[in-house]
Amino acid sequence: MLSKRIIPCLDIKDGRVVKGVKFLGLRDAGDPVSVAKAYDAQGADELVFLDITASIENRKTLVALVEKIAQNIFMPFTVGGGISEIEDIRNILNAGAEKVSLNTQAVKFPELISSAAKRFGSQCIVVAIDAKKQGDFWEVFINGGRTPTGIDALIWAEKAARLGAGEILLTSMDYDGTKDGYDLKLTKAITAKVNIPVIASGGAGKLEDFYNVFTQAGADAALAASLFHYNKFSVKQVKEYLSQRGISVRL
Amino acid sequence: MKIAIIDYGMGNIHSVSKAIELCGAKPIVTNKKSQLNSCEKIVLPGVGAFDDAVTELEKLGLIFAIREQIKNKKPFLGICLGLQLLFETSQEAKNKEGLGLLKGQVSKFSVKSGQKVPHMGWNNLEDILANCPLLSGISVKEQVYFCHSYYPEPVEKDIIAATSDYGVKFACVLAKDNIYGVQFHPEKSQKVGLKIIKNFVELC
Repeated sequence: MLSKRIIPCLDIKDGRVVKGVKFLGLRDAGDPVSVAKAYDAQGADELVFLDITASIENRKTLVALVEKIAQNIFMPFTVGGGISEIEDIRNILNAGAEKVSLNTQAVKFPELISSAAKRFGSQCIVVAIDAKKQGDFWEVFINGGRTPTGIDALIWAEKAARLGAGEILLTSMDYDGTKDGYDLKLTKAITAKVNIPVIASGGAGKLEDFYNVFTQAGADAALAASLFHYNKFSVKQVKEYLSQRGISVRL
Repeated sequence: MKIAIIDYGMGNIHSVSKAIELCGAKPIVTNKKSQLNSCEKIVLPGVGAFDDAVTELEKLGLIFAIREQIKNKKPFLGICLGLQLLFETSQEAKNKEGLGLLKGQVSKFSVKSGQKVPHMGWNNLEDILANCPLLSGISVKEQVYFCHSYYPEPVEKDIIAATSDYGVKFACVLAKDNIYGVQFHPEKSQKVGLKIIKNFVELC
């Protein structure tokens, strides 16, 4: 049976992990490879690296970093942030990432999704959606959550899937950073709309939050950042808890 | 021992290469026929579309070379798309045929089965063939990492060395003489995956 996935997310700037990861005993908490290894040891199912510098000068640094990570950990990982061209996608996949995550550029140029999916296969194209409740719909925001688009997240998710996205990384801007739990309504609305896997993101604060997003909102994977980075819970603890409550996870 | 990893511009060779090194062999990343010849084993990784992969292999003149190496009984491991390419045809490719070394076709998961497509994440190995060297020491409780929309449907059922269940039960490890193929990514499957690569290096 396919397991539900637990995914720590790391923000990368100029090849270093930002928002310090407070693992005990980690010699260099800014080194993406060390952090990845630590999560590997905890049994994380995947990792997501988001390059928040995402400028053209930094592309080479990022590709070199992806290569280094791929040579040091033997687990799947996704790389996102500022990816705008087929060539970027090719370089990152060839460097050893399992998947790339597209956000702003996919909204601006949806044909990027279809051409990437045709070239590399849907299974490695993740579309990241940052959504915020506005009246009676969830609006898609781009540019790291700074720019509203007027686009309905449900319609966008459906379109992205139709164009060939293989997975959706859904972040609730309303819940992100609150530790109040995932946005179950938003996540449920999206998982009901598309037939591709959905990673829920934003709001994890308690063990129960993971259970709820899987059982009540149909998520296939749950992503968290600070909860893991500050060692409130380890990935292992989360998975053991879920297993005890009857959720299929990889232990 | 030198193991050739065929580099045809389709996906991750770094993890495979490093994993082989960790398992005590020398990885040779190459797209040259002569090097396939001088290595003792061959790995064909692959991420991407079936027809593009065939086109790239054709451009490099490797189709015939791979067939020849396999016919000469050199141990061969196809990973994900690298496994699918061994078949005759794929539903993913309308105008390109595969290497035709295994009889059968590559099919797409049907959304009618109630499952989401792609099949993405960690799933169990089942029906493990007891004497398959590639799976030596691997038990049915183990999970491996999948990331695919298409799966192999071999005509010869006796070459299926393990299955996995995703709405349909599908072949995820194949073994026929010196030909081995895995639909999952051993290079991304942590300890279990490394064990499988070690088995290929040492036992196949």
